[in-house]
Amino acid sequence: MVGVPLWWRTTETYRAWLPVNQINELAELQVCLCYRSMAHWTRYVHPVLGYQAGCHLRILNEILARDHSGDDTLSVLHVEADLSLHTLSASPCGSVVVYVIPETSVLLPQGVDVYIGHRRTAVLRMGAPMSVGKNHKQLLAHLEPRITQVVQVMSFSHTDITAALSDRVRLSPGSKESLADSMRSFKSSPGYEITFSLLNPDPKSHRLDWDIEGAVHSYIQPLLTKLAPLANFSIDSQILYYAMLGVNPRFDSSLEAYTLNADSLAHVINPVEARLGSNAASSNPVLNFLLYVPDAHHSPLYIHDHQKQPVASNAFHSPRWGGIMVYNVNDLYGRGETPLPVNININMEKVMGVFLAQLRLMLGVQSSPAPPGFLVEPCGGAGLADWELDRLMWSRTVENVATATTTITSLAQLLDQIGNIVINDNIASQVSSTVTSLQLAVAELEAGNLGFALQYSKEAILASERAFFDPSLLHLLYFPDDQKFAIYIPLFLPMCVPILLSLIKIASEARQRRKLKQSKKD
Amino acid sequence: MAARRCLGLWFFLITLCVVSTGADVLHTTPVTGTESSAAGTETVVARELPEAPSDPGEHTAAEPTREGEQNDRTRGGEQTLGQPTREEEQEQEKTREGEQTPAQPTREEEEEEEEQEQTRGEEEFTREEEEEELTREEEELTTEEEELTREEEEQTREEEELTTEEEELTTEEEELTREEEEQTREEEEEQQTTAQQEEQTKRWEATELEEEHVHDAAVPPLAGDPPAADPPSPPPSKDDFQEELVIRPLHSGDIYASFQFRTVWDADFMGDQKVSHYRLFPKSLGQVITKFSVRELHISFTQGYWRTMQWGQPYLPSPPGAELWVWFQDTVTDVDGTWKELTNVLSGIFCASLNFIDSTNTVQPSASFKPLGIGNVTDHSFLRYATLPREIVCTENLTPWKKLLPCGSKAGLSVLLKSEKLFHSTFHSQAVHVRPVCQDPQCRTTSMELRQTLNVVFDLHTSGQGKREWSLFKMFSRTLTEACPLASSSKVYVDVTDNPQGEQFELSPATPLLTQAVVLGDRRTYSVYDLTQQASFGSSRSLNMLLRWKNSHNNVVPPVMLRPLLHSERYVAGYGLQAGEIHTLIYNHHPYRAFPVLLLSAVPWYLRLYIHTLTVSSKGKDNRPSYIHYQPSKDRERPHLLEMLLQLPPNSVTEVTVEFERALLKWTEYTPDPNHGFYVGSSVISALVPSVVAMDTNSTLDRPLFSSFFPCKEEASYFMRVYTEPLLVNLPTPDFSMPYNVICLTCTVVAVGYGSLYNLLTRTFQVDEPSPGLAKRIANVIRRFRGVPLL
Repeated sequence: MVGVPLWWRTTETYRAWLPVNQINELAELQVCLCYRSMAHWTRYVHPVLGYQAGCHLRILNEILARDHSGDDTLSVLHVEADLSLHTLSASPCGSVVVYVIPETSVLLPQGVDVYIGHRRTAVLRMGAPMSVGKNHKQLLAHLEPRITQVVQVMSFSHTDITAALSDRVRLSPGSKESLADSMRSFKSSPGYEITFSLLNPDPKSHRLDWDIEGAVHSYIQPLLTKLAPLANFSIDSQILYYAMLGVNPRFDSSLEAYTLNADSLAHVINPVEARLGSNAASSNPVLNFLLYVPDAHHSPLYIHDHQKQPVASNAFHSPRWGGIMVYNVNDLYGRGETPLPVNININMEKVMGVFLAQLRLMLGVQSSPAPPGFLVEPCGGAGLADWELDRLMWSRTVENVATATTTITSLAQLLDQIGNIVINDNIASQVSSTVTSLQLAVAELEAGNLGFALQYSKEAILASERAFFDPSLLHLLYFPDDQKFAIYIPLFLPMCVPILLSLIKIASEARQRRKLKQSKKD
Repeated sequence: MAARRCLGLWFFLITLCVVSTGADVLHTTPVTGTESSAAGTETVVARELPEAPSDPGEHTAAEPTREGEQNDRTRGGEQTLGQPTREEEQEQEKTREGEQTPAQPTREEEEEEEEQEQTRGEEEFTREEEEEELTREEEELTTEEEELTREEEEQTREEEELTTEEEELTTEEEELTREEEEQTREEEEEQQTTAQQEEQTKRWEATELEEEHVHDAAVPPLAGDPPAADPPSPPPSKDDFQEELVIRPLHSGDIYASFQFRTVWDADFMGDQKVSHYRLFPKSLGQVITKFSVRELHISFTQGYWRTMQWGQPYLPSPPGAELWVWFQDTVTDVDGTWKELTNVLSGIFCASLNFIDSTNTVQPSASFKPLGIGNVTDHSFLRYATLPREIVCTENLTPWKKLLPCGSKAGLSVLLKSEKLFHSTFHSQAVHVRPVCQDPQCRTTSMELRQTLNVVFDLHTSGQGKREWSLFKMFSRTLTEACPLASSSKVYVDVTDNPQGEQFELSPATPLLTQAVVLGDRRTYSVYDLTQQASFGSSRSLNMLLRWKNSHNNVVPPVMLRPLLHSERYVAGYGLQAGEIHTLIYNHHPYRAFPVLLLSAVPWYLRLYIHTLTVSSKGKDNRPSYIHYQPSKDRERPHLLEMLLQLPPNSVTEVTVEFERALLKWTEYTPDPNHGFYVGSSVISALVPSVVAMDTNSTLDRPLFSSFFPCKEEASYFMRVYTEPLLVNLPTPDFSMPYNVICLTCTVVAVGYGSLYNLLTRTFQVDEPSPGLAKRIANVIRRFRGVPLL
């Protein structure tokens, strides 16, 4: 009797208290959250329209009046309007302001109903059958479908959520193509490592020089500065010599060139990747961009698509891994008079154009095709419009929240299932901080404060990962039952013998007594 | 703290005294003097080689001369490592030309106009410089002597010309295109030559720089004064790669091959700007250096033990197992945490179990390991040193090591590195050394140097089938076909010191190029194969050096190897499993000179050293260490660290003994094979050893008398590190099934007790009538038969 509590005390594993109920709540809350925030959004846009439209229309008219000097300036008018509207009302991160202009306005070119600029504003031309006299509600009702369209383009749409959650929740079994789209971009992470590698399989015949530092500074850095609130990016580059592709390109005599087919591209990366090396100093996902300069005997080398047509950029990308570009230099050799190796300077503008496009794809800055009648300003020097950034932030926040929630729920499940796992205080605190951050993130998301929501969701994801991968969880995990048996059997087996014997005795006595009773009755 | 600092100061003073008095009377400023004059002697000695050994002698005469001078110009060992890299061919030509410079006065008439101007200018330039250099030296006689040698050289000029003519011609082409840059090019050439020449000797002199740190931290390491008239060189290219293989036949009949790959990158890892664009330098290592703010990193993996008495000194010593020592930058606040992380990352990079390095096997040596690169760091709180003597080195460590090379294993010397042969050897050691070096003579900016070395000893009997006949193919099962196209220099050296006239062995293909270098205090001669020259490969387009000994049956006893001046042994004495004694024997084989050594031993905590039993004796007398740094261990936290400075009397054995007690470990602390024993890492002996060359007092044969009265102080001593054997100590090992046996036994006893108690509690006692006896029963049976009533 004394031994039992002692034994109980010494053999129990320490398990700190976890907010299991809250975690379970979170797991259920998640799905409805997405829709709620969506609905919230459309509501948010309406008042903007209702209250601000009036005054801003006046400003627009002023701009129009001021600049209405000649027809040739018309085409640039909407750009200027975009800029001045932005300066007038610095819209907060994550919001979209829609300006409605009269049907007859010359601000937008003919045939364009909606104009979306670099910032968080859109200009919407009022539909044809609208007359001014109608009341407010009708006006809103009339504009509603168009505004929804605008919001879908500029803010996040259903497909974005699908993409963001594709790993976690299977929302709708979409087409194969949309699935590929959704799986192309990298998963959300607090940081990314971008590595540019120049592959030189033949240093004997050409010596390559690339001004990667300058190129990164002028092409990649502006985009990354823009994306800074989203994640930390670090860039490095290397040159790999004697790095071969995994497949032998076929010689096409009609083109007098070597070709790589689309279906063989899948095998190109493997042998190269062994040389790329992972980043030893961080555990963030790595985006690889390879520039392959084929050796003299295998050039020029062209990539062909499925229709056997050469790809214009001579580049391809691999989802969630990076991109490869083939850069032919055989026309730079000169005609035999220069001794090998030939010094070759790589035209970084050409290369970086391709890599920048691939980087946008990998980061998930994908522009869904605009509906007819929409004029979307092409991205400028920064490589990213404000509303594109917002879109990205929306989907990343949702994805972070989803990831953190799944991590924390699966951790809770795991701890629930395996009783041997020790839960230390630091894990408990990590878990509870995850839960608080998640709740805050959801609250901020509902309130439309995108920046804070993203911040909290990042914190949540960090804390949840730390809790999930804490090594102390594994300490007693391998403590199989047979070892317990091995320890307890030497004690309990001999102890059981007299007990069992006496039980048998009791049973036989009872049986005898019953027999005796029966015989007495008889 | 203050006391320790005082002690340190005292130690340095003592060292200074020891160095200056012990080495030479002429020493006024021991450290800088040693360094500058090291090159000086080289000059003198080299010029004294007018004996012009019969066949390839012309080159021999020319090369070392330059070598010596160049050495002078850039003394300070590492200071001009950041030499400008150019295309290899050009550079090669230029280097050659530079080497030939002293030969040029006689050649001038025959060369074309530009060429003449060029060389004349160069000649003047070099002369000026030479003279400056020479005046800077104390002894003026060398200048005169140089002139003497010049004259001698001129006589052999004609022949030399022939061999170098084609090189000259190719150089000329370049010159035509670059006339306007002539002036700058001249300087560049100077530098290139300097750097290259230096590179040849530097390998061996690198240690000298270190010695300077060890023994005089007060003198800035950049003491080497740069050449006075050295205008700033044109901006050099960013990085440079060199590869080298040295083959040394050992007296035991084994053969020693030492690879060195060096990447120098003019990037500032210590600055605020992050280094992120890599070319020749491996990215994985660069990222580690950047992230953990590493100033210097030295890591070595060794399989086998270097037998100093049989093989002489290795070029780069390393202890069996893994060794890692790192100097962190002084911006690191949490050194221990960074060290822990760093070891984990490195264990991933090199595929080794470096993650077993923790506080129980990490020490902070106070004097033994000074930075090898630039930087005058004396605060050893930024230093961490650890060894893993148990570590097994194999293919999985070689592959990531090869990956760090720019050419991988595809071209150049690294094609020889095939694991099936490399690990079929008696000794294998691979290392990575990263350190900051000076970029220019003024040392305004620093470069990062990555030096990858691989040393291997092939056994006469297992690899060579008992025949003293070695070839590249036999050693590595590969031959050389090309240099790494990225390397600015790619050379193979064969040590032919013992074979000056070809009487011992025959080396084919023969090479006209010979070079001399002072290695580990000894003057060695090397045959050089330059892989960047097509001529090295001959008609077969592959280079397969063959060393064949003439007397294959050892009729003639090979020349006796000079006994290594310093070597050591270590063993555990005592019986039983409770106490023991560690003996360290340090041998000084120098016939008449004493020298100081620093002994470092790190002993794990489970051997509890009784420091009061520490005795040091040599020649039967007590030898008091002049400096002792002892850090006692803490159980399960840190090891013992014992460092002391000993003076070894000439021709003596110094014995250091200390008793210890074996601790009992917790049952989880035992290794899976506890009866194998526990390893104790090698002790490290760092010493300033008097040079063999300086020991050579009777070699006044062909040396002018006026030059040879005082021993040349330049080469008076060199730095050396010797590792002792690791120890294998048996600890009291319990029977690991014992706990279970105890559990079973006690449980049975408890159960028996419980059973009887249970019986006592549950049984009911009642008086039972005794059953009738046997006789009565038998009687009853009979009675039943007879029908008589029973009893």
